[in-house]
Amino acid sequence: MEIEHTAYKRCDLIKVKGRLDSASAPDFEEKLKQITNSGRYRIVLDMEDLQFISSAGLRALISTQKICRRYNRGEVVLANVPENIKAALDLAGFTTLFKLYPDVVSAVANV
Amino acid sequence: MFEPHVDALMPKFTFPGRYESLAQIAALVRQATQELGLSSLDAYTVEMAVDEACSNIIEHAYGGEGRGEIELEYMIEANSLIIRLRDHGKPFDPKKVRPPRRDAPLKKRRNHGLGLYFIYQWMDEVHFDFSEGTNTLTMIKRKK
Repeated sequence: MEIEHTAYKRCDLIKVKGRLDSASAPDFEEKLKQITNSGRYRIVLDMEDLQFISSAGLRALISTQKICRRYNRGEVVLANVPENIKAALDLAGFTTLFKLYPDVVSAVANV
Repeated sequence: MFEPHVDALMPKFTFPGRYESLAQIAALVRQATQELGLSSLDAYTVEMAVDEACSNIIEHAYGGEGRGEIELEYMIEANSLIIRLRDHGKPFDPKKVRPPRRDAPLKKRRNHGLGLYFIYQWMDEVHFDFSEGTNTLTMIKRKK
């Protein structure tokens, strides 16, 4: 897994690449915690180059969403979600908990 | 009880029970799904089911990394991919794992049970066997 982080004025963009499984989920969650611990709660997750996500990755998403949504201070939104990963999000009942955007531009504009 | 025919010709692979093995296991599973000619989504569901099962073996059966091995065998028979995983850790009762509440609000989402749910939802047949210090999970995916 590789993570690219871009801090914009209104939000943080995280591009996650490769496999998000039990091996990489702790590093991924740690990266997201660094952002929320710095008092920033609007996060766009670009999944364009994400090949695989397991329930360990999904748990990291949920715990970060809980932190961001607290006090209505922000949220995590998803952009460029590949079809197979979208099917996993649907099956887990996650598509009601995260807004999905077709591209990064619309996600950054609306988060 | 379902028990597919498995013979000595089934290739067997052994991986250290560590999370870093998951990517190698996934590569092997992708090869198997390609051999059968599964669709992209069906191949992904098999990869995810196996990943969840192996993660559960490391986390729950062995209670952590580096405490035992994961054995994987697979076979393509007619239009089906049969995958068998074995470990020698602690057995568990799959019936006692509560399924996740998919319609629960964010605050009430639980952290566990999701992996087993994916396995049951995405494979056509799932069979657990716990006997003589060996835990065996057999999963079957049929080509549609």
